[in-house]
Parts: sequence; structure tokens; C-alpha cells
Amino acid sequence: MYDVAIKTEGLTRRFGDFTAVDQISFEVKKGEIFGFLGANGAGKTTAMRMLTGLLMPTEGQAEVAGFDVYKQAESIKKSIGYMSQKFSLYNDLTAEENIRFYGGVYGIGRNELPQKTDEVIDSVGLQSVRKKPVESLPLGWKQKLAFSISILHQPKVVFLDEPTGGVDPVIRRQFWEKIYEIADRGITVFVTTHYMDEAEYCDRVSIMVDGKIEALDTPKGLKQSFSCDSIEEVFIQLARSAERGQG
Amino acid sequence: MNTFKGFVIKEFKQIYRDKRTLLVLFGMPVIMMVLFGFAIRNEISDAQIGVLDFSRDDVTQTLTHKLQASKSFTVNAWLESYEEVEDLFRQGNIKEIVVFEQNFAEKLEREGVADIQVITDATDPNLAKLVQAYTGSIVRDYVADLNAENGIEIQQAGLQPEVRMMYNPELRSVNLFVPGLIAIILMLISALMTSISITREKEMGNMEILLVSPLKPYHIIIGKVLPYMVLSIVNVLTILLLARFVFEVPFRGSNLFFFLEAGLFIMTALALGVFISSAANNQQTAMMVSLAGLLLPTVLLSGFIFPVSSMPEVLQWVSHFIPAKWFLVIVRGIMLKGSDLMLVWKETLILGVMTAGFIGLSLKKFNVRLQ
Repeated sequence: MYDVAIKTEGLTRRFGDFTAVDQISFEVKKGEIFGFLGANGAGKTTAMRMLTGLLMPTEGQAEVAGFDVYKQAESIKKSIGYMSQKFSLYNDLTAEENIRFYGGVYGIGRNELPQKTDEVIDSVGLQSVRKKPVESLPLGWKQKLAFSISILHQPKVVFLDEPTGGVDPVIRRQFWEKIYEIADRGITVFVTTHYMDEAEYCDRVSIMVDGKIEALDTPKGLKQSFSCDSIEEVFIQLARSAERGQG
Repeated sequence: MNTFKGFVIKEFKQIYRDKRTLLVLFGMPVIMMVLFGFAIRNEISDAQIGVLDFSRDDVTQTLTHKLQASKSFTVNAWLESYEEVEDLFRQGNIKEIVVFEQNFAEKLEREGVADIQVITDATDPNLAKLVQAYTGSIVRDYVADLNAENGIEIQQAGLQPEVRMMYNPELRSVNLFVPGLIAIILMLISALMTSISITREKEMGNMEILLVSPLKPYHIIIGKVLPYMVLSIVNVLTILLLARFVFEVPFRGSNLFFFLEAGLFIMTALALGVFISSAANNQQTAMMVSLAGLLLPTVLLSGFIFPVSSMPEVLQWVSHFIPAKWFLVIVRGIMLKGSDLMLVWKETLILGVMTAGFIGLSLKKFNVRLQ
């Protein structure tokens, strides 16, 4: 068994002359909720794409779920879940069909699928609309469904890219309850967000500025060392020093 | 394998759910077929013509009757003088005026030569040429009859070529359009629809999820392409059945060989579709590129409507790079001449090389994007 879910060492990605991610090193423990903050254009998405096997690093080391990003990308893909900021369900398929499709993609057997599908439908509370196209569901429900689908295959690590964008506070609350729930089950959660109150829910938070990780600690520790009252203030203090424009 | 099957099932479901697109996919071949088969014709029927007869004798009367009796013409105006010609053309209904010179029958008998003048309204040059040609053939027929019946030898000025149109003796335009239509519809469905459906996944963010999943990129491409391949084959069948049983287009070659060649062209179009989608980031771009880059050249430069041999040299060169041009040669050969591989191996080879090239390019493009 491993205790470290994600480990990076000097991870760097350049696009031509532009260094999107600059020598980042960190470790995420198993079952931890790791907040990955940064202004737009700070390099969050690039870092995440490298960790999920979508993008090859230029240099540095990284391991996800014990697998090397250079050599074992396929194994990584089987061990992670991913939910992106862009809505990722098929609008013209029903909730049930979406679950079955993604279940199939992640290699869940035909015998297991019906039971798994029912479980997800129950947990999200979609019994009455399971046969309706996803299009007709409110955004919050869709996001909850997308989240449940991303952990359908029991991944070791789940990457959530701004999962609560545009969702109302009540649903956000429920969302975070679910995140705690899966973290308790030992699933590592790697989450990006623009809501600073959500950052306070994380076990540890890193803040990226201009491709580098400028701060990494527990929310409490961060507030102390920057002598601020909230993560928001810490974030603004760091983001102000950024040289790259908002982009 | 199970994973892949799920992907294809999902793709079919999505196409089936989208009723509007479905209607377009299956309705378009039928509508195009009917449009090109019935409405857009190169032959003429019931063109209105006028007669200016300075002679008014038996021969000119018979000739006028012959024109009137043919399905192509209706004689609608009898003129008295040349002055009326322009007025009639200005009104626009009369397309041609046939003028018989004075003492027509007399001259014909005595000298063996009599003049018929044909004046056409060339605001529509294609129509004018056709009308002229039809009139000419009716007059020639009459002359031939005269020679045979009366033993009178009527001299004809210079050499009279005997024209024989092989493979499509009635010059039916639908015979020419069907192969072109197959090419266009395959381009639309295989290339356009595939490129749109792949870019839609990108636009909606599904592609990212799929790429992060254990699905291999080639699974995604094949899964996307397969349903459109099936649809294309159904459409080829529809057009072929319509052509044979509604428009009675002859089919002289082998069915199997035809479907093999159609299969090759479907592959070409699909490869183009995948290539476009790997370059375009949203559905709009994909559509514009497919329409402007694929459909227009297929319609204009492939020889579908305008013969390649009468294009300027530059465009003739360009047309070599248009897959539909080669496909048209092949299909016209199979349908009208009964060609086999021996006769069209060159075109098949060119199409094959193009297809391989496009597949290679799009695979490369797809991989580059992943890095």
C-alpha cells in the first residue's frame, strides 16, 4: 500500500518560450482533500493535465496513485476519476444512459452495471427523472451526477476541476459533504476552485502564482503565516504579485 | 471490447435522438435525387419557339409541324417580319425563331439547297445551344426522310458528321447526376457529419473526459466514425434504388465492385472528416471548413456539373486533388459502361493513396494534440 497519492518533483511544462508550470513539487497524502488554487492563467489547468496523463511534462518527476506519468499513463488513467469545469455529461442521453456509458468506458462489467447505476441514481436522488434527458435537469443535479459518475469505478484519486462553478450555496454544501464522504473512504481528492470559502474546507491548500507554488499549508497555517483572517486575503495578497496578466 | 461497444451504442443513440439531424441524413438523399432528377435537367421540353416563314409552302409547313410535334418544342408565334424578332425575345417567352427563306420548296427542288436560319435568345447560353442542337436534329431527320422517300438528292453544305452518343444515347442528365450525387452525399454525411460530431464532443468538454479515461484515442475515432459509415452505406443504397427504379438509370457494372469503390470513397470522406475535426475547435468552424473546403470543390471542380476538360488549366490542375473527381470517373464507368477494375485501376489507386494520406495526417494531428 502507498500513503502518497500524488507526488511531484520539479514538475515543469513549457510551451515554446513560455513556462506554464515552473518546477512545482508537492505531495498529496492518501485520503487527503487537496485544494489547488491559483488565479486564471497561473498554470493550474496545465498542471492538472500533466497529472491526468493528457499532457507530457517537459521535465521533472510525477507519480499519481503510485504510477509514473511518463511510463505508466495507461495505469494512471484506470486509477483516477476526473470531472471538468466544463459540463461533461451527454445532454441528449438520460441520467441512466450517462451512468451506463461512463461505467462502460471505465470497464465496469455488464453484471455489475445495473446495480451500480441504481446506487448512483439513489445517492443523487434522481429516481423520478432517471429516464429523462440530462438536458432537462437543473445544473446542480447535473454536477452532482457528473461527480458521482467520476467516482463510479472507485478511483484512487479524483481530480475535480472547479466542480461547483455556477451552483447555488445549498448544493455546494451538499457537494462538499459528498467530498468528505469519499475522502473518508480513502479516495484522494484533488480539487480546484474559485470559491475561497471552499478552500477553507480543504485539508491542505496550495496557491499557484505565475506557474510556481507560492504557498502550501493547511488553511489555518496559511492564515497564520500571512497574518490574514481568511484564505481569500491570502490569495489576493499572493495573486497581486503575479506578473502574468489575467488570461 | 466491451468498452468500445458501449461507445458505439451511445453514438447511435445520440444520432437517433437528434430527430432533426436524422431527417436531414435520410431526407437529403431523397430530396436531392428528386431535385436533380426532375427539376434540374439538361434536356429541354416544350420550349416555346416562333416561326418566320417567308415561303409558306408544303415543305416549310411540314417542317413546322415536325417541330410542333416534337416533345421539345411548342410553336407559339408566327411572325411576319424580322422586326418582330427582338420584341418577342424581349418579352422573354420565346427562346428561338426559325426562319425559312423565300421560295423554300422551289429552291430545294431546283438547287438542292435551301436556307433555314435559326435565331436563339442567348441570354441563357446553355439553353440556346440545346435548342439549336435539337432544331438541327429535327431538320436533319426530315432531310434524311426526304432523301429516302423521293429519291431526291439534297445536297448538304460541306461534310455532315454522323453523331452517335454512346452509353447515354438519350443524353439523359439524370444518368450523369447520379454518380455526382453519390459523391456529394457521401461528402456531406461522412465528412461533414463526422467532423461536426467529433468537434461537438470537444466543445461540450466530453472529449477531455474521454481522453482521461482508459479509452484509447483510436477507440474514440473508430467509435465516432463507425455509425456514419453505416449511415453512408444506407444512403448509397437509397440513391441507387431511386436511380434504378424511379429514374431508370442503367447499371451495367458489378454491384459488388461498385460497393467496394463506394466503401473506399466513404473511407476517404471519413478520413477528411476526422482530419478537419482534429484541426477545428468548434462545430461552426468544422462546418464552415467542410462546406467551403470539401463540398464546394466537390460540386464545382469534380466534373459533377461542369466538365473538367473545359475548365481553365489551373483549375484542371486543382481538380486532380479532389477525391470526388476520381470517384466520379469510377462510378460513371461502372454504372454506364460496366467498367471493372482493369479499366479504373488508376483512379482507384489514386483514391486509395489519397485516403491513406488523409488517415495518416489525421492520426498524426490527433496524437500531436494529445501532447
